[in-house]
Amino acid sequence: MKLNLKIYRYKPGSEPHYDTFPVDVPETANVLDAIERAWDDLDRTIMFRHACHHASCGSCGLLVNDQEKLPCVTPVKDYGEGATLKIDPMRNMPVITDLAVDASPIYQRMALIGLPIIRDAETLRADGKEPLPEGLEAFRRFENCLECGLCLSACPVMATDPQFLGPLTLAAAERLLAEPRGVDIERIYRLVDDEHGVWRCHSSFECTEACPYEVYPGEAIMRLKRKVGLRKIKQFFGGA
Amino acid sequence: MSQKYHVIVIGAGSTGTATAHDLALRGLQLTVIERGEIASGTTGRNHCLLHSGGRYAVTDHEGAVECIDENLTLRQIMRDGLELNDGLFVAVDESDLAFKDTFLEGCASCGIPARDIPVKRALEIEPYLNPKILGAVQVPDGVFDPYRFCLSFLATAKKNGATVLPYHEVVGLLMSGQAVSGVKVLDHRTGKQYEIGADLVVNATGPWAGKIAAFANVDVPVLPTAGVMVSISKRLNQMVVNRLNKPHDGDIVVPQRMTSIIGTTSWKVDDMDAIHIPQEHVDKMIEFGEKMIPALRDNPIRGVMAVARPLIGKKSADEREVSRTFAGFDHAHDGVENFVTISGGKTTTARGMAEKISDIVCAKLGVSAPCRTREVVLESYRSYYNN
Repeated sequence: MKLNLKIYRYKPGSEPHYDTFPVDVPETANVLDAIERAWDDLDRTIMFRHACHHASCGSCGLLVNDQEKLPCVTPVKDYGEGATLKIDPMRNMPVITDLAVDASPIYQRMALIGLPIIRDAETLRADGKEPLPEGLEAFRRFENCLECGLCLSACPVMATDPQFLGPLTLAAAERLLAEPRGVDIERIYRLVDDEHGVWRCHSSFECTEACPYEVYPGEAIMRLKRKVGLRKIKQFFGGA
Repeated sequence: MSQKYHVIVIGAGSTGTATAHDLALRGLQLTVIERGEIASGTTGRNHCLLHSGGRYAVTDHEGAVECIDENLTLRQIMRDGLELNDGLFVAVDESDLAFKDTFLEGCASCGIPARDIPVKRALEIEPYLNPKILGAVQVPDGVFDPYRFCLSFLATAKKNGATVLPYHEVVGLLMSGQAVSGVKVLDHRTGKQYEIGADLVVNATGPWAGKIAAFANVDVPVLPTAGVMVSISKRLNQMVVNRLNKPHDGDIVVPQRMTSIIGTTSWKVDDMDAIHIPQEHVDKMIEFGEKMIPALRDNPIRGVMAVARPLIGKKSADEREVSRTFAGFDHAHDGVENFVTISGGKTTTARGMAEKISDIVCAKLGVSAPCRTREVVLESYRSYYNN
């Protein structure tokens, strides 16, 4: 399948521009495969972030035709034979070079909340009764949130308030309130009940639109607002 | 020369990052150089299986012992990055079932805890397993996230003073007579080349090891061998599911987050950077995978990946028979000083590989500090971006 990749190019100290690369990839390929083809066959100086190629690491996030995507799980056939794909780095974080961004804004925010990456896994059985193998306390798995930063890139508030905690962070806080795993909940409430916290979100749901992995940060923030609000009311009436 | 470092580690995959951690703990100054993103080579495109060693218990005793040893160590030091739900080896046919006793004996001789469990029980635990399985054995397999695996080692190395340079490609080795004295790098962030001096250079570039070694005119017996993995859009197992038999194509299904990943195949490649995935290999994964978990065929494929893995061995050997264990090379034996290569192995054994090559590095530099990576708990992967 033939495609044109119009890739954002930038080296510090020089003017950003686009280079267009014609590539030919199998119909089953994802956009990341196409970018790698351009790098391999045409220009070894194209810099882009990638590691796992199956939506586990969250490192490859970027914009395809101005939409936040994980290119490792975005099929090229979504765009059709002969299409031109405009590829840009994510928004709201510093660009190191070309498509590679500095991921610090993502990881520093998540470190602030401290969501443990290991959570309880859902049962695989319809009746919900899944016995455990001897020696295990629970079935565990990694959290849904890949820390890819696509929600930070898509968030309109992030563009105007760089101190905003951000959708992934607030969604992580909401996960902690649901499954604390030993984390200090009071600290989480203090962190999110702030002008740069949960109240700064104006519910545009761009984050939910961008999220590749069912975290649905927009909905999580709505739940978090209710929790924080209810707690304030209870405290006003002298409750816990 | 911009700055004099003690050691340069080339490659930020599992081996390079674990080596950086080991050397930094021993008090050495060092710089890690990586041509792209952390874990963007072999380590990234990983089956994500924290081996118990069960897979090699019958065919490769040495490899199996390394796996269980490192598996148990990683559980202690990498506390926030492993899905630890054990694994099952399942017998699909009579030949598998006949292999069970050999398998249990193999596990026992390698020190791998293995428990024969009733089929009925296995089917209760894993409801998507083929209901016709004839036997099941539980072993302490696990699952990791390869990117975070490397970030954890690097975060700890950085805390202990290491410098990390991603987007820097080594384009040559600096020679001082018959000794390596540093590297020439292309900084892809600026497009400029410059030199970095070193007392010693560690080549930890996996299947690319031959390419780096060629800069010093030395040969390393690394055989780049590709394998396909297929990620399915639903998690169909909680435990790693393996075929109870000798290692074969498509005999492991690794669950991770909300996916199940089937792997793998094996074919020799000449160019590590240009791997074209044969469709028949993808079809084979589904065909073999569904024998253990039939629903793998009913759920859409989410992604297909392939990458070259570094197998150590003679170039003519059959790919699957070549030992998966690692090798460290001191190129003083090839007439080049201050230059070592570590390659082969698996992500599971990265810490052990790092220990071995770091021992060689320290002996060469006259550093007596012992390895401490078995005991030191790693920093959170997130703190890689915090310091």
